[in-house]
Amino acid sequence: MIAETGLAALWLATALCALQLVFGIMAVRGRDDLAAAVRPVAVVQGLLAAISFLMLIWLFLRTDLSVELVVRNSHSEKPWLYKFAGAWGNHEGSMLLWVTVLSVAGSLVAFFERRLRENTLIATLAAQAAIGLGFYAFLLFASNPFARSTPAPEEGMGLNPLLQDPGLAFHPPTLYFGYVGLSVAFSFAVGALMTRDVGADFARAMRPWVLGSWIFLTLGITAGSYWAYYELGWGGWWFWDPVENASLMPWLAATALLHSVTVLATRDSLRAWTVMLAVVAFSMSMIGTFLVRSGILTSVHAFAVDPRRGSFILALLVLYIGGALLLYGLRVGTVREGKKFQAVSREGALVANNLLLTAILGIVLIGTLYPLFVETLTGEQLSVGPPYFNSTAGPLALILIAIMALGPLLRWRKDDWRDLINRISFPILFSALAFAGLMFFVSPIGILPTLGIVLAVGVGAASVAPLWKRNLRRTPMFTYGMVIAHLGIAVALAGMASESAFTEEVLVATTPGQEHEVGPYTVRFVGVDPVAGPNWTAIEGQLAVTRGDGEPFGLMPQARMFASPPTETNEAAIATSWDGQLYTVLGNSDAQGRWQLRLWWKPFVTLIWLGGGMIAFGGLLSLVGRVRRERRSALREAHG
Amino acid sequence: MTSESNRLILWVPLGIAGIFILFFGYALFFGNANPQQKTIESRMVGQPVPEFALDPAVSNHPGLTSANLATGEPRLVNVFASWCLPCITEAPQLTALQQRGVSIDAIAIRDRPQDISNFLMRYGDPYQRIGADVDSRVQLAFGSSGVPETFVVDGEGVIRHQHIGEIRPEDVPVIMQALEDAR
Repeated sequence: MIAETGLAALWLATALCALQLVFGIMAVRGRDDLAAAVRPVAVVQGLLAAISFLMLIWLFLRTDLSVELVVRNSHSEKPWLYKFAGAWGNHEGSMLLWVTVLSVAGSLVAFFERRLRENTLIATLAAQAAIGLGFYAFLLFASNPFARSTPAPEEGMGLNPLLQDPGLAFHPPTLYFGYVGLSVAFSFAVGALMTRDVGADFARAMRPWVLGSWIFLTLGITAGSYWAYYELGWGGWWFWDPVENASLMPWLAATALLHSVTVLATRDSLRAWTVMLAVVAFSMSMIGTFLVRSGILTSVHAFAVDPRRGSFILALLVLYIGGALLLYGLRVGTVREGKKFQAVSREGALVANNLLLTAILGIVLIGTLYPLFVETLTGEQLSVGPPYFNSTAGPLALILIAIMALGPLLRWRKDDWRDLINRISFPILFSALAFAGLMFFVSPIGILPTLGIVLAVGVGAASVAPLWKRNLRRTPMFTYGMVIAHLGIAVALAGMASESAFTEEVLVATTPGQEHEVGPYTVRFVGVDPVAGPNWTAIEGQLAVTRGDGEPFGLMPQARMFASPPTETNEAAIATSWDGQLYTVLGNSDAQGRWQLRLWWKPFVTLIWLGGGMIAFGGLLSLVGRVRRERRSALREAHG
Repeated sequence: MTSESNRLILWVPLGIAGIFILFFGYALFFGNANPQQKTIESRMVGQPVPEFALDPAVSNHPGLTSANLATGEPRLVNVFASWCLPCITEAPQLTALQQRGVSIDAIAIRDRPQDISNFLMRYGDPYQRIGADVDSRVQLAFGSSGVPETFVVDGEGVIRHQHIGEIRPEDVPVIMQALEDAR
């Protein structure tokens, strides 16, 4: 019964979604009598999708083995958390989650959005329904999560301990929230184009969705970076791997959009550009999903590959991106030019920010697709790695961060260079001190790391500068949000620069009893032990580590062997202290019984993820601050 | 002129997206989508064991030839090595199988007699015959791509089942069933 209820709710939601699309388009084209129906339909559609998803969760919690999906992906003895997460840890369930988040987002827009012009809102809901309908169709006709299995087996097959990881349970939903938020921004852009209503109100309505999705994308990327650092055992925190790039590209576009939408909301400038970015941001999340799921790219992240899914996502790409850009070509000529501003102004800094972000996005996109392009045309295999990305995107990112420090200190519309230099005198002083410190007290490091550290110090100081001489209690929450997010960028930059400049690496072939120095640590190799895990066997290295006169502690890096498929992984063992991490990896043994041991001392590497967390937290403060202010001014308007 | 070229610019994004999408479609349908890494299963399952004759790997066990495998009773051929850690993990399961009356022969891959003796002393010796496959040639002829692997060979010397990776306690019933099916 639960499965049937879920399926029925899904069909009903699909029907309402179709109705929302048809009514929405007819209402925008003049049938005003239908307009009143669109909001309620959108709300109910979201509720039905949520019911359908709750039914699926219920089936998983009960381990209902008459349902095919539960049989394939769950097991009665699984811990309940993984039963719960199992509902979306597979293709069908994750598609249902995607559609549910999409429809619930549509409901929220329909329910809460009051300030946008009514026909623009209805056009937005129609666009949202168009996106939803494609995914509903795919669910119902090609990946029904509620299909029965007859006869019901005794036990489920999904007790794969490898997948029982809290990170894996919550990583996909985080990225989905991010992608769906961008789809709402996309719908707003399409709606505003349809009704020729690209202006400040449109930007204010869209902004919380862009911010929300940006927070989730930031969290997803930060967590993914730490996961790769921890799990792959290569000691790096970013590999420019296609799957990483696929999540970075929507983030870059969303960051640009976040800033241009602020210009549009506050100053009514950058109209066409903001619409374009909204389309690009959603396109990037679709392209990312396509590249990852269709299997046309090689990556360290292996995903189950199904060409049918690839062609489906490709069809949606054609439909949505093609449709939106067609509308853009037809309509954007009629969007009036926004308010003017001078080059030296906050708008000017934000335009520079947008251009640089877009340039970096282009660099990453080209670098990610180039190997595929060459392989498809010539059959030759090659890979584009850090040397390309670091030398092209790196300098641009440094310029971008410098401008980020200036932007908040500039006035809107027009400003004066000389005043600006006054305002940044302190940060420049700090940077100069940092530079002098590096020159006199530290052995020479590369140009990029030097620039990175000097810039991080100055930018850190400059990001706090907007609070200077302000009444801190009356400073709006979103200003704090911006300050913290910008400071987070400086903190992360400091971590990256410190990691690349001061990392010490020791690679030794060692025998039991030998001691090795790395950074402030002394590592003694005690020996190795075989250990067996749920579906792997490993050799575990025993390391006794001391720092100065401190107590010794143990670290146990593992080299794991999986039987099916036959793969080897390295489980790094990491010791974290306030000033960095000791990262240890065990390698193979040679014929003389010596073991390869790789030790890294990475000073302040943790700042990278601390910064990522601060960026997301700053985004959250901004979101809460913005929503509160919008509600207050909406109330004020309502009371006249 | 200016308004004309401005108008064209509006279609540039659609053009770029079109090029990308055409390329994606081409790559998806005509490109060689990367096959994922899979467990390499032997094509020899269902075939008679390859012709071979291996010298004894240690002095206290006889060597192994293809003739030794067609004895009228199903038996196991364990591909192992003393330098292989998963082989240590599976040793108790092999001993358990032997105690349940299963005949087990072994092929030792790229190994030294002294190392094998030490290994058998430390982790148990469930084997009847052990052939030394110093250059992995017989292993490859079996269609085995790594150690450890275990083959179920029936009474006529036909390979009936391949187990890849170490035998874990939960795999023992599967192996017993495969032996039963090979009767």
